[in-house]
Amino acid sequence: MPTLAPPDSHGIVCALSVERSGFRLDVELQIRGQGITALFGASGAGKTSLLRLIAGLERGRGSLYVLGECWQDDAKRIFVPVHRRALGYVFQEASLFPHLSVRENLGYAQKRRHSEPASVPFEGVVDLLGIAPLLARMPANLSGGERQRAAIARALLATPRLLLMDEPLAALDAARKADVLPYLERLRAELSIPILYVSHALDEVARLADNLVLLQHGSVVAAGPLGDLLSRLDLPLAVGEQAGVVIEARVAVHDAQHALTRLDFGDSSLWVSALNQPIGARSRARVLARDVSLALSPPGPSSILNVLSARITELRDQGPDRVNVRLLVGSGEAPLLARVTRRSRDELGLRPGLTVYALVKSVSVTA
Amino acid sequence: MLSAADASAVRLTLELASLTTALLLLLGTPIAWWLARTTSRWKGPIAAGVALPLVLPPTVLGFYLLLLCGPNGAIGRLSAALGLGTLPFTFGGLVVGSTLYSLPFVVQPLQNSFEAIGARPLEVAATLGAGPWDRFFTVAVPLARKGFITAAILGFAHTVGEFGVVLMIGGGIPNKTRVLSVAIYEHVEALEYSDAQFLAAGLVAFSFLVLLALYSLRADSRPS
Amino acid sequence: MNRRLMWCWSSCLLLLATPTRASEVSVAVASNFAGPMQIIADAFAKKTGHHVTMVTGATGKLYAQIKNGAPFEVLLAADDTTPAKLEAEGLGVAGTRFSYAFGKLALYSSKAGYVDTAGAILGQGGFQHLAIANPKLAPYGAAAISVLRELHLLEMLRPKFVQGENIAQTLEFVVTGNAELGFVALSQILVSGKAREGSYWLVPEQLYPALRQDAVLLKKGEKNAAARALATYLRTESARRVIERHGYGLPPAPSGEHSEAPPHASK
Repeated sequence: MPTLAPPDSHGIVCALSVERSGFRLDVELQIRGQGITALFGASGAGKTSLLRLIAGLERGRGSLYVLGECWQDDAKRIFVPVHRRALGYVFQEASLFPHLSVRENLGYAQKRRHSEPASVPFEGVVDLLGIAPLLARMPANLSGGERQRAAIARALLATPRLLLMDEPLAALDAARKADVLPYLERLRAELSIPILYVSHALDEVARLADNLVLLQHGSVVAAGPLGDLLSRLDLPLAVGEQAGVVIEARVAVHDAQHALTRLDFGDSSLWVSALNQPIGARSRARVLARDVSLALSPPGPSSILNVLSARITELRDQGPDRVNVRLLVGSGEAPLLARVTRRSRDELGLRPGLTVYALVKSVSVTA
Repeated sequence: MLSAADASAVRLTLELASLTTALLLLLGTPIAWWLARTTSRWKGPIAAGVALPLVLPPTVLGFYLLLLCGPNGAIGRLSAALGLGTLPFTFGGLVVGSTLYSLPFVVQPLQNSFEAIGARPLEVAATLGAGPWDRFFTVAVPLARKGFITAAILGFAHTVGEFGVVLMIGGGIPNKTRVLSVAIYEHVEALEYSDAQFLAAGLVAFSFLVLLALYSLRADSRPS
Repeated sequence: MNRRLMWCWSSCLLLLATPTRASEVSVAVASNFAGPMQIIADAFAKKTGHHVTMVTGATGKLYAQIKNGAPFEVLLAADDTTPAKLEAEGLGVAGTRFSYAFGKLALYSSKAGYVDTAGAILGQGGFQHLAIANPKLAPYGAAAISVLRELHLLEMLRPKFVQGENIAQTLEFVVTGNAELGFVALSQILVSGKAREGSYWLVPEQLYPALRQDAVLLKKGEKNAAARALATYLRTESARRVIERHGYGLPPAPSGEHSEAPPHASK
């Protein structure tokens, strides 16, 4: 097979660069052809620029292959214009056409869809985003969250092979964000197409993403499965209050009396507030480093529900007084981060290889 | 009452204004679109050129049309060689003159409304699979609706009221180039104040009604 | 408005309303006569020491300004009806009207050799446009119509008419070549006695009613000796030479102080 036509028909392979006054983006990346891949970074890192280059809204240099299709290859003088790329794009702010009703907005996309209508049924999308009651309304009469759901539905009705989302929640307040997030989780569960999701909010990413691309100053710092990257101490992700891991687990036991649910992963488990999900359902738990304390021996009677046995694999200073500790839980592969003081590290003699007890003060369950 | 000559002037004026407005929209739309979106270094000169009639007295434009489009002018020689004749003293000449003269009144509201749309709705349309023409007609035009209405109002009203260019290149030929404003001027100069007043009052009333109708249409248009 | 401002304002008005000094004369001149009048005024000023302020414009506009109180003292009109009307309305001083020039009509083309010296081209046709001044508004236009009527060409040529609102615009149509030929004033194509480029036919005066241009002393100049002096000066031999050199016909030479103005048939 010719090397210029990347054989990987399952993913997105891009080598793109663009230079503007005071900003340079230069990215080489391979992204899996399924699930949600988050493009994460501070503002100005180049996330949106990269997304726009992939969409063809802006033109950079290089090449881009999506699921085996060439969208751009400067060496072959190929540049497919935006409207011929089978993509869906959800913009940060409300982008519904103001002169069309919600139904007409959806119809606009449906009429110009990239493939057969059967692949994305109208009713299915309307149900998925819960916008059936909004169809007759004009965009001006919708809340921010409703608009964004309608915009997502519209993007899906274009029957994209790749869905690009540029901080779709950033313009919403916390309550509206909470309205829309469950719908995004449903997308992840029910769509077979890959989603590139730009965000600078780590909680959103932790909740939604399967893979993570970490951008800084226009280049890729790291890329890989979300869990791997979140548990690395050498990345900027480990800095700040939001540092922490996600744990993919299963619903194991409901304790109706105390309104608790037990999530199992590997040979360990976590008690969390009762989940309305059947036994066996997949669930994602997020544990922040600042919520994990370490002890050398199992604590006596305590109000802390979750105490996990874990083995230290790495320590790294985090500022003058703090230390980040990476652990593996039980005998399994699930990583955990803990943040302790340097004094605790010294007094407890924490070092790689040491088995300790992780006291988890808080767990948030996302799905 | 309205003499046959004056009735013909009224009809001619309406024909001229309608035709000119149609032509202005046809011509002004692509110019306004280009001006609204280009980053070309020609934007400044072209915009300035389009705006020229705003500051120049109409007699200047009329004078140049007379010079350039006459049988001794470059354009006149070309049009004569093509068998089109020359523009001065023809209805077509008035249409061309009025179109040039009213161009900024159509281009500027259109350009403003195209600029007000911004790039985003067009980008959205592109991501939904709409090609450039599709985007223009299904997104830009409906969103610039008010601009089109304003442009049409101004283009029409300005042509009805246009006097200088028409006077310069028209030659006051009955049924051909003797339009309302010229007729009124003639009546005034000949001290026929009652005829002048009849036409002038009619023009005022007509213009007011047209503007009123269009402005209320504008007020009624769907919020955007 | 406060009192002080009112005071300032009214004193400004007073200043403006102050009549011109006796050694000054303000004259309103029909546009077509502006050129020769400038020369005459300069000579007059040199000779008498009176200063002449000249305002030019279309006769109809000057009339409207005079009616509305413009401070003109002498009017040199492009026709004879306006001074008569002013006199009848009491804005002109009775008995002071006189003809200072006669307009001469010419058929002119900017192309050399196009118009023959007998005007035969009119009958031959072969041109697209014949420019005339609007006969309703301009005496030269009315004169052109009567010429064509006399020549029995009026109906044949009417479709070729293009009208200028005044003779200046009519000349412009011809000079730019948009009209092959047109009826204009001889004074327009003579510049200090020399003809413009092109060709012309001086239309015989019996083919059109006289294009009499009259002057009148206005009420505002009744008591101004300089104004009366200017009116007199217009009839001197040196002024007449200037007028003639600019393409105008002359009234009969004056024989006495008050009989030089030919009598006017009242309209």
